Amino acid sequence: MIKPLQAIARLGHHALASMSRIGLATRFFLATLLRSGVAFRRFNLTIRETYFAGVLSLIIILVSGLFVGMVLGLQGYETLQTYGSESALGVLVALSLVRELGPVVAALLFASRAGSAITAEIGLMKATEQLAAMEMMAVDPIARVVAPRFWAGVISMPLLAALFSAMGIFGGYLVGVVLIGVDEGSFWSQMQAQVDFQEDILNGVIKSVVFGVAVTAIALFEGYDAPPTAEGVSRATTRTVVTSSLAILALDFVLTAFMFRGVG
Amino acid sequence: MSKTWLDLWVGLFVVAGIGALLFLALKVGSMSSVRMADSYQVSAHFDNIGGLKVRAPVKSAGVVVGRVSAISFDDKTYEAEVVLSLDKRYAFPKDTSAAILTSGLLGEQYVGLEAGADSVKLANGDRLSLTQSAVVLENLIGQFLFSKAQEGAPNETAQ
Repeated sequence: MIKPLQAIARLGHHALASMSRIGLATRFFLATLLRSGVAFRRFNLTIRETYFAGVLSLIIILVSGLFVGMVLGLQGYETLQTYGSESALGVLVALSLVRELGPVVAALLFASRAGSAITAEIGLMKATEQLAAMEMMAVDPIARVVAPRFWAGVISMPLLAALFSAMGIFGGYLVGVVLIGVDEGSFWSQMQAQVDFQEDILNGVIKSVVFGVAVTAIALFEGYDAPPTAEGVSRATTRTVVTSSLAILALDFVLTAFMFRGVG
Repeated sequence: MSKTWLDLWVGLFVVAGIGALLFLALKVGSMSSVRMADSYQVSAHFDNIGGLKVRAPVKSAGVVVGRVSAISFDDKTYEAEVVLSLDKRYAFPKDTSAAILTSGLLGEQYVGLEAGADSVKLANGDRLSLTQSAVVLENLIGQFLFSKAQEGAPNETAQ
């Protein structure tokens, strides 16, 4: 075959391959939703996975939240004081955490801390033929292994994001009020006057639920779809972190465009 | 790890997460949109509302007594119509006046209510007739320059 035709054929091959992968991922996601009855009937399975995905991510989430809030306090104070409005520091810290940084950074950390672990675990289960063995014993691996992990991720993510935001606001308070000496009253009162429950906090929670679904679904699919070799599992783990980080940032843009467009 | 410990840790995690959400809802955010249920609506017409926005506070004597719930343009009188949602707990006389004020030099704009002396109280759907528009900085500077120019004018003719 001539060269340009070969290039076009290769392009077509890649297009078909990626389309079929998207189709597989969608079918896998739907199957997980349809067979998640076990995850609720035998809730201790989900609780166990919540421990691994949520509780063990707590340290990194809390420490990062504290530092992100402290940096926001420092940087925000530097900028605001040039305009003589350092009393708005509380608003700055709270709004940026509750609207954006809380859900997004917590989801990025969750993807690299828990998502990669889920992919590696399921990939190894597949490589060591544990999933095939389950099927031999008439145990559905999607219901028994995948669905509890999915729901554990969906439950953990909003809680982790809320803890991240709360910790960040505490960090901003530490730096702004305790260290620099911004007036404590105006820090909290301006924050309360400007942050709305539905507009800001509830939308942040919705964001983190969406991120939780996306990250966990990507991690589970990559693990389930990994080639059953050491190299395949390592590649799948890398792909989980990269794909879910990109998905988080892209989804964040779309959700923000819908949620905060009309708010002045 | 035994099952009870695992349950305990997950339970603590869930409690901490919900606690953080409650902290955000109560301490960080205001439940203003929830509290709005108990309110009555009053409208006011202004020549110019400046930078007033929906959800801006309505204050009387410096205390927040309500929020701006809608802003629209009336093409009969060419004025801005502002609907104020006032808290049911506070009653105002019928001849209360409204003014658009600014908190601080660069702060946000809000509606200030000055209570009148009427014995009849405002009811839902009433209209405030005494209003004072927002101060537009450009007009103020324009007036200032104009008066300065008038001061300078006789001197120039004298030369």
